[in-house]
Amino acid sequence: MSGLLLQAVVSGLLLGGVYGLVASGLTLIFGVLRIINFAHGAVMMLGMYASYWLWVGLGVDPYVSVLVTAPLFFLLGMGIQRLVIEPNRDAAEHNQLLLTLGLALFLENLALVLWHGDFRTLRVPYANASFVIGDALVEVSRLVAAGGAVLIALALFVFLRRTDVGKAIRALSEEREGAMLVGIDVARIRAVAFGIGSACVAVAGALITPFFYVAPDVGESFNIMAFVVVVLGGMGNFIGALVGGLIVGLAESLGAALLPGSLKQLVVFVIFVLVLLFRPEGLFGGARGR
Amino acid sequence: MAARVLGALAVIALLVAPPLLPKYPLEILISVLFFAYLGLAWNILGGYAGQFSFGHAAFFGIGAYTSTLLLLRGGVTPWLGMLAGGVLAAGFGLFEGYLSFRYGLRGPYFSLVTLAFAEMLRVVSVNAKAVGASIGLVIPTGIAAPAMFVFAGKLSYYYVILAMTAAALVITRALARSRLGYALIAVRENEDAAEAAGVNALGVKLAAMALSSFLTAFGGTFYAQYFAYIDPTITFGPAISIQGLLPAIVGGAGTVLGPLLGSFVLTPISELTRAALRGRAGADIMLYGLILILVISFLPQGLMGLRRAARRASGR
Repeated sequence: MSGLLLQAVVSGLLLGGVYGLVASGLTLIFGVLRIINFAHGAVMMLGMYASYWLWVGLGVDPYVSVLVTAPLFFLLGMGIQRLVIEPNRDAAEHNQLLLTLGLALFLENLALVLWHGDFRTLRVPYANASFVIGDALVEVSRLVAAGGAVLIALALFVFLRRTDVGKAIRALSEEREGAMLVGIDVARIRAVAFGIGSACVAVAGALITPFFYVAPDVGESFNIMAFVVVVLGGMGNFIGALVGGLIVGLAESLGAALLPGSLKQLVVFVIFVLVLLFRPEGLFGGARGR
Repeated sequence: MAARVLGALAVIALLVAPPLLPKYPLEILISVLFFAYLGLAWNILGGYAGQFSFGHAAFFGIGAYTSTLLLLRGGVTPWLGMLAGGVLAAGFGLFEGYLSFRYGLRGPYFSLVTLAFAEMLRVVSVNAKAVGASIGLVIPTGIAAPAMFVFAGKLSYYYVILAMTAAALVITRALARSRLGYALIAVRENEDAAEAAGVNALGVKLAAMALSSFLTAFGGTFYAQYFAYIDPTITFGPAISIQGLLPAIVGGAGTVLGPLLGSFVLTPISELTRAALRGRAGADIMLYGLILILVISFLPQGLMGLRRAARRASGR
């Protein structure tokens, strides 16, 4: 393999790990609430700003600030669910879509009003640390982000398998009425699911701040990538989200290496449309197909 | 009866008052009608057929780019270019619709596919030097030439968009009372039942797609001629898709007057917020988001739903 391609594969897999965590949160929310959450990227953006301000204001390292932002965004997510989404639980499907879209517009532009559109970067001392494998350069911060993201996604997977709350979440995503019949507090579990999904994406945002700019619209591209990943992996499928994340990261990065300009995005959209059309249940099967 | 008189008065006011208006209110009125027009075009597919497109920017951009490229490269008048754009957009709409409907995509899946198609066109046009790439295209408007869709003052553009909006209203009204309109509503309410009753769901959805994309492309050409500048983000970006569907949602999707009413409420709020909070970019869109959340939560049928509820309450 030539150096260029090897580099593309390494960068793609590292970025894909982060996509995996972003998509895990989205797929969890979809599984339980049956909502395609357009505000997921906006929550990620807020998570990135939280890390940024903790670094600028208090000098807290972004990896440490995760300990603060994760619980904070869990509560924020629960709040959003209780306040905005739960009251519209029985609204038409497209209205729920618009609801999260409205939320995304609101949050993104709130950030724009508060902090303006400038690109901000965190200048951490280890920003340039890197090592070489074969011909490929591996940045430590990207490796930590990808590794951390995959670990958290796996931890989430175990949490859903082993704990009572996790089992209740899975029960609800499989069979709502059944879950109600066995006495699961459905509204509470929905809020918890939205909270966990939001915490996941906020942490993913925090993990990339050492090497990614922060701006009000930074979440948009991640949101669309996460849609692609979730559809690819099967809506509501966790392992699918992780594997799908790696595939999309690879596709994007190989596209960038082989195609001119920003045509790499085209590769991702083509995959997206093909999967939606021919395999809407995802490569690995999901909670619901067409 | 009262509604008729009110309607007639509104039509007369829209025809007669604008020459008396100062420049800024006239500009707002043009914006109101422009977004009402886009809302009306979207409403045919999103409202009547119930197929929630999140990617009408694709058709808008095709309209804007077709007429502009024909003008710049071939000297073709945008009046003809507009028609060509409409036909191309309808063709693309049929392609997109056939793929989606043929493979049974419904609800949010359809929304995502339309979003993806619009984004693909955006990415391609950002990268294609032949269509100006990300720098965009400037439409020459130095010399007024009505035959080339270039006017000296804003007033003429106002009457153009007024005529377009009126035409879209007439088309929507005719559609709502036609066999096709009833078939679309049947498909929207319950596709399987409609098919069982003999409605060709694929056919009527494609018809709605073609009409809706054709009309949306006209909006793109109007935009290009009025603002004299287009680029991939403006014409193919998600923002125009959203701004085009919001008037319909706020006013009432699947009603004739809904998009018009929605735009008359929504657009001035947004324009005035932007003017009042100059230097605070984003405040107007933030308000849009908030309004969207409130409308979905408290007026899921839009403003027209409010009217319907009031009628029911007064026992008519």
